[in-house]
Amino acid sequence: MTDEPLLRVSALSKFYGSRVGCENVTFDLWPGEVLAVVGESGSGKTTLLNCLSTRLLPSSGTASYRMRDGQWRELYRMSEAERRFLMRTDWGFVHQNPADGLRMTVSAGANVGERLMAVGDRHYGRIRATAVDWLSRVEIDEDRIDDEPRAFSGGMRQRLQIARNLVTGPRLVFMDEPTGGLDVSVQARLLDLLRGLVTDLGLAAIVVTHDLAVARLLSQRMMVMKDGRVVESGLTDRVLDDPRAPYTQLLVSSILQV
Amino acid sequence: MATPLVVSDVAKSFTMHLRDGVTLPVVTGVSFAIRAGECAVLGGPSGAGKSSILKMLYGNYAVDEGQIIVQHGGGLVDLASASPRTVLSVRRHTIGYVSQFLRTVPRVSALDVVAEPLAERGEDREAAREKARALLAQLNLPEKLWALPPATFSGGEQQRVNIARGFITEHPILLLDEPTASLDARNRDVVVELITAKKAAGVALLGIFHDLDVRDAVADRVIDVTAFGAGKIAA
Amino acid sequence: MNAQSTEIATYNFAYLDEQTKRMIRRAILKGIAIPGYQVPFASREMPMPYGWGTGGVQVTASIIGPDDVLKVIDQGADDTTNAVSIRAFFKKVAKVAVTTETAKATIIQTRHRIPEHPLNAGQVLVFQVPIPEPLRFLEPRETETRKMHALEEYGLMHVKLYEDIAKHGRIATTYAYPVKVEGRYVMDPSPTPKFDNPKMHRSPALQLFGAGREKRIYAVPPFTDVVSLDFEDHPFEVQTFDQPCALCGAANVYLDEVILDDHGGHMFVCSDTDHCEKRRADSTSPSWGGRAKGADGGNGQSSLSSTPTPARRADPRHKGEGKEAE
Repeated sequence: MTDEPLLRVSALSKFYGSRVGCENVTFDLWPGEVLAVVGESGSGKTTLLNCLSTRLLPSSGTASYRMRDGQWRELYRMSEAERRFLMRTDWGFVHQNPADGLRMTVSAGANVGERLMAVGDRHYGRIRATAVDWLSRVEIDEDRIDDEPRAFSGGMRQRLQIARNLVTGPRLVFMDEPTGGLDVSVQARLLDLLRGLVTDLGLAAIVVTHDLAVARLLSQRMMVMKDGRVVESGLTDRVLDDPRAPYTQLLVSSILQV
Repeated sequence: MATPLVVSDVAKSFTMHLRDGVTLPVVTGVSFAIRAGECAVLGGPSGAGKSSILKMLYGNYAVDEGQIIVQHGGGLVDLASASPRTVLSVRRHTIGYVSQFLRTVPRVSALDVVAEPLAERGEDREAAREKARALLAQLNLPEKLWALPPATFSGGEQQRVNIARGFITEHPILLLDEPTASLDARNRDVVVELITAKKAAGVALLGIFHDLDVRDAVADRVIDVTAFGAGKIAA
Repeated sequence: MNAQSTEIATYNFAYLDEQTKRMIRRAILKGIAIPGYQVPFASREMPMPYGWGTGGVQVTASIIGPDDVLKVIDQGADDTTNAVSIRAFFKKVAKVAVTTETAKATIIQTRHRIPEHPLNAGQVLVFQVPIPEPLRFLEPRETETRKMHALEEYGLMHVKLYEDIAKHGRIATTYAYPVKVEGRYVMDPSPTPKFDNPKMHRSPALQLFGAGREKRIYAVPPFTDVVSLDFEDHPFEVQTFDQPCALCGAANVYLDEVILDDHGGHMFVCSDTDHCEKRRADSTSPSWGGRAKGADGGNGQSSLSSTPTPARRADPRHKGEGKEAE
């Protein structure tokens, strides 16, 4: 573990006109750390995620990222080309709906290989071998490599999306309800897989979820959001076992059965 | 002798916002220290706050007042005010915890559940598994269960997996929350052996034991939690 | 008399009005300045349907002058409907000289082929383009493809080639094969067979591309690098043919299959009709002899039987392309 964070977020706010998307969010994220952002729909957690991943520009505040060369860069001052490059190399984004993150009409192998080709790999055999390796790491049989994700189940699609994101060895992955819309048994398998990958690869991740069980299993730290503001944050098990903010107590008492 | 854990004037209460903000005092003025190689036991009736104290020491419960000073990484850390990142580091390297219940993870074998804390500390995975095997054997967990996820195990079997997981590391401080609750006599004795070995290795232990035989076998002294009763203040 | 007065008096030279031609010339100039970049232009309605070469015709109309000599080919042939009609159109509206001979033409408008006869400096090749965007079938959003061009994000193009190899064991794309122009823009060379891709590389002729329906013009200036995309372990290759042209005996040319009867009879002949006719008429085939190894001075029939030259592959890296003998 290094003594420097990977991401520094300071007083980040996003307003939609007079409506608050998220307001005054401040935190640091360290390498290898998984942060869960929980709250109900409309609490601003997805707005926050989109701002952090630069899919959305905030109204005010800053976010700095420590690049692979150790240089700190302010995300919202980078050019679009730099941000997009970051997005497909050092970052990943796992969408709730795999169709948003996959190319549904190209094969699983090409879905995994696209990022490699985007960063200049021009050796088919090597790209394919890497794709095979990653499919096995997300528990997709090698003989499905030339099938399109259209022919995959929801859980497989989600696992493929994860492989597609991780193939370039990103250091930071954003996840938006990664287990949303999946059967409970499929969810458990995916969570377990994610947990293993995050640990093995030392990934930092920001996981948006409304499911406290997901937060407990995946994250070390969590932030609880309500009406665009962070109402409580801390160690995940501390927040869940000893919730202090009224809203967190409500959330824990009404949802948590783990 | 070294004193790796010092607790001074710690207070804890719960504010129940869902019940009109009523405040439930738990403990106040909690002060004690644990020396290396010593096993102290928290004593007192149910509801006196023994578990809450243990959880505060592990960073699982927030602390309202006071300090929890831990020797960590060559320095001193106040757990009561430490950042989540520091608490995680303390848990990884300094304070171990054996709870009553195993929080199982789907699809991870019992062996790997036990080996995980060592692997997390950077130990070679196979070496960690080897130690895990030895511990599970010592705790008489049938070998045919080792490769299975513990979710379907009986209470006693899960408890033994949990104990093995807690004892496998060489944390200088170990917290024990009724580790023998659902064990038979034979395995209780094994736990006593394990605790004795930890003491000999200079580990500072703090536990809750309802089983008087075990308690008498391991305890160097009893810390009476009723002395920290917050009820008198709140009343 | 009557015919004279009703003929063409109502049309401006080369059909388009001068303002339109200026607008199109500006787009062409911009295209030449940024090789491979698709320049939007205000495509006009032409007296022919989309898909029949409205883009190419507008480009030709904007650059043609009274002294030009125009050749029009459709899939290599001078005598198919599309070629004949467009040639007749310009004969009528611009009164320019027309030819079928590649070497004599100053402007060659083409649909889906590049002539076998090497082009020279001063010649202009005008391509008719149906879909100018090489990324279109992979990324349907125009906003996104423009951004990808702007930021030089071309990984997706290789995804398509990857899919080819995964499905067919090789890059099976045989026409509209994507190229990178001057190391910057990825460009669709229009649906020419990839056989013709090496001819675009450092060609002495100016190559202009017009897409009428899609309202885009792009260009490859003379002596510009045009490199076909590929993988290190699956390098770009052109099509090869097992036998030479059944009529003129030419090897190393692009052949069309011609069905002869209802009993499976067929033969392969030059797709470039002018090239084929010239070789058959002129037994010495002067400037081209070096490349066409099968040219043995005999007529087509005898060369077919006497020297069935094995087909040879063009250099995959596009080197050695040109007039030198291989």
